[in-house]
Amino acid sequence: MHPILKTILQRLGLGLLTLFVVSIIIFSSMQFLPGDFATAVLGQSATPETVAAFRKELGLNDPAVVRYIQWIGGVVQGDFGSSFSGRSAGREREVMELIAPRLWNTLFLAGLTAAIAVPLSLALGITAALYRNSLYDRTINATTLTTISFPEFFVAYILILLLATLWKVFPSLANVRPDTPLMDRIYMCALPALTLTLVIVAHMMRMTRAAIINLLASPYIEMARLKGVSSSKVILKHALPNAWAPIVNVIAFNLAYLVVGVVVVEVVFVYPGIGQLMVDAVSTRDIPVVQACALIFAATYILLNLFADIVSIVTNPRLLHPR
Amino acid sequence: MAKKQHGERNKGDLLLDMRDIRIEGFSDEKWHPIIKGVDLKLHRGEVMGLIGESGAGKSTLGKAAMGYTQPGCRITGGSILFDGIDLRALSDRELRRLNGSRMTYVAQSAAASFNPAHRLIEQCVEATVDHGLKPDSDAKADVRKLFRSLQLPDPDNIGQRYPHQVSGGQLQRAMTAMAMSPRPDLIIFDEPTTALDVTTQVEVLSAMRDIVQQFNTAAIYITHDLAVVAQMADVIKVLRYGETVEDAPAREMLKHPKMPYTRSLWAVRSLEKPEERSDDIVLRVNGVDASYGGVVKVLQDVTIDVPRGSTVAVVGESGSGKSTTARVITGLLPPMKGNVLFNGEPLPLALKDRNKDQLRRIQMIYQMADTAMNPRHTVRDIIGRPLEFYLGLSGKALDARISELLKMIELDDSFMERLPGELSGGQKQRICIARALAAEPEVIICDEVTSALDQIVQEGILKLLLRLQNEFNITYLFITHDIATVKAISDQIVVMFQGKVVEQGMKSEILEPPYPDYTQLLLSSVPEMDPDWLTHLLAEREKTGAMSSSGN
Repeated sequence: MHPILKTILQRLGLGLLTLFVVSIIIFSSMQFLPGDFATAVLGQSATPETVAAFRKELGLNDPAVVRYIQWIGGVVQGDFGSSFSGRSAGREREVMELIAPRLWNTLFLAGLTAAIAVPLSLALGITAALYRNSLYDRTINATTLTTISFPEFFVAYILILLLATLWKVFPSLANVRPDTPLMDRIYMCALPALTLTLVIVAHMMRMTRAAIINLLASPYIEMARLKGVSSSKVILKHALPNAWAPIVNVIAFNLAYLVVGVVVVEVVFVYPGIGQLMVDAVSTRDIPVVQACALIFAATYILLNLFADIVSIVTNPRLLHPR
Repeated sequence: MAKKQHGERNKGDLLLDMRDIRIEGFSDEKWHPIIKGVDLKLHRGEVMGLIGESGAGKSTLGKAAMGYTQPGCRITGGSILFDGIDLRALSDRELRRLNGSRMTYVAQSAAASFNPAHRLIEQCVEATVDHGLKPDSDAKADVRKLFRSLQLPDPDNIGQRYPHQVSGGQLQRAMTAMAMSPRPDLIIFDEPTTALDVTTQVEVLSAMRDIVQQFNTAAIYITHDLAVVAQMADVIKVLRYGETVEDAPAREMLKHPKMPYTRSLWAVRSLEKPEERSDDIVLRVNGVDASYGGVVKVLQDVTIDVPRGSTVAVVGESGSGKSTTARVITGLLPPMKGNVLFNGEPLPLALKDRNKDQLRRIQMIYQMADTAMNPRHTVRDIIGRPLEFYLGLSGKALDARISELLKMIELDDSFMERLPGELSGGQKQRICIARALAAEPEVIICDEVTSALDQIVQEGILKLLLRLQNEFNITYLFITHDIATVKAISDQIVVMFQGKVVEQGMKSEILEPPYPDYTQLLLSSVPEMDPDWLTHLLAEREKTGAMSSSGN
């Protein structure tokens, strides 16, 4: 078997193991949430009998271990259980049914942002390295540092003020629906995507710049210069291929953030993403939804880091072609 | 511009004319002169040896011949005429057109100078193809031919490998092929064999010499090894502190060096210590097998006796197990089999099981003084640490002892508060010696302690070590691959090859024929000052079909 394939399978296995451990942590931390779903739904005035009956119906009286095994057993088969809230007689709402459209929205926004932010920060990082210490370099650095230094909601409101109120270029609300056509979706998501871009560009751009500049002192870069290779080719052909590992790690980290950490931006633009869903679920103590969201977030981190590892290996001939 | 790109190359025409070159480097917020007005003339097909200590400005001058200055340096004066073209008047773009096509560069460390991300052959033809001298396929076919004439193994396919997949000697030859690919008028060789073993060096040297002669290429050969330059150069230029000391045809300078400095460079190899016999064994490595990770045995049944107060030199090429032996003795690598006897008593195998006194008695000095010292500690901290740790000194007694130790290594109290970064290479190594001495050890293991230093500095360090040995009856285990050093300071010699001891005995016995095959190869590979040495050696080896490690 090719060593790369072996490594990938190994990492996948480890990823599953990690996910399993995370599921235990998620489940047990749920036990520490203050309050109780039954009381939260039925209100302070509910009689102890109603609360007890409701708890029994939801299976909250079983021991934690049993509930965990039931839950994880379902998850393994793709069944995240049914939501505690929105129950009416004889009809339960599947957790997946709640999460799926929200997850899709989140992935759409993350994808749109990544499509703008990743090429942009690579291009900025590479050109900043090429013209390092020039006015251009300093301007890029200062600007990206400024945008990352403001809180997300502040950046969001500034953009709304500029691009939605003063100049009506984009809508200030991004309340997409499942049946919104693609082009409208992109149009509505423009401001949230722009906000997130401003938030994550600095990190990726600075890492690209630093990783490349770090290599410019290498003897093989001097060799390339002495071979008469032009500065742009020195960077693109001789420095960049050796700089992918750190860059990709930072990209993966930021992509994960786009999936799991954007609740503030969702709230500002009223965007129906998974972050809002999870926050709502926490406040209503809708435990199956919270658990499912947390597990999806964990899986996102694990998958993206796996992706970064694979890119690091594939771009490093020492690992790809062992002696 | 230059029409006669690869036209007639009449040997003897003036190719490079550098006049009154001045170069400055930026450090400590100031510009310092590095080259202070040097003239250099090189004719077509001529090889010039550029020698001097490190810091003499050899590399800087060599790169300036290509119109290149490294970041942090600038050319402030003089003119560089290459085949009639004024390099200093060219734009970056015009200069780039010459670099890599008509003038090429071979770096000191091929391992670091090949890009790890690309295959060898791609890098070898890059300049030739980029400059539009040949189409890609022709250039590759030509480089394969060069690989063959440089005696690389499997010349048709070795180019498909990545740099980490071939050895240092092979990389150095591949780099020569890379430099030769555009058929330049001028090649700068910047210490190309310094990082190689003597046995590999011979092969690389002869390959370079042949190919330069074959294409009638002019070359500047930068080195601090006189014997190497004697083999390569038609003319020699000696540099010191950025100024020319002496210029002369090679044979003339080797026979009759005029300037006192040049003569002092020559004199280093005359250091010699009369050997002394001793039967009082202080340290015995006893039938040791060792390995890293338990798979491949790096040492096999190694037994070495070290008599008190004498110097035992352990020689062999890299990978022969010299440094591993040192790691076993110090306890850094516990052996799989066998043990280490100190004054007849077995030492605990692992470092953590040894007590303070056992640790104190064996000290170590490393090759890279730079990395062996904490750059944030002052000389006082560095020397004071073993005094506090082993001897419990503090306060006035500590200061007095540090001052005494500094005197022993021929430095004064003004060095106490300096950081390693503020010391020269030789001074750093002296501080390392003082640190080892501070523990008042019986045995000091010296691991290639002089191989990163220039010859004159080397001589100073070796003399110091010998003086300290006489004064304090210290025992040295001296690990080196430099036979000249061995001749200079050892009483006994241990020859190692592939993890085994090939020979052990008094210096006079080992250095007298008859030798076992490997010792013969090792000894005959040490360059000598005779300019015909390499020619004779190769003829000799041709005749006898002596063992060759050209696959190395």
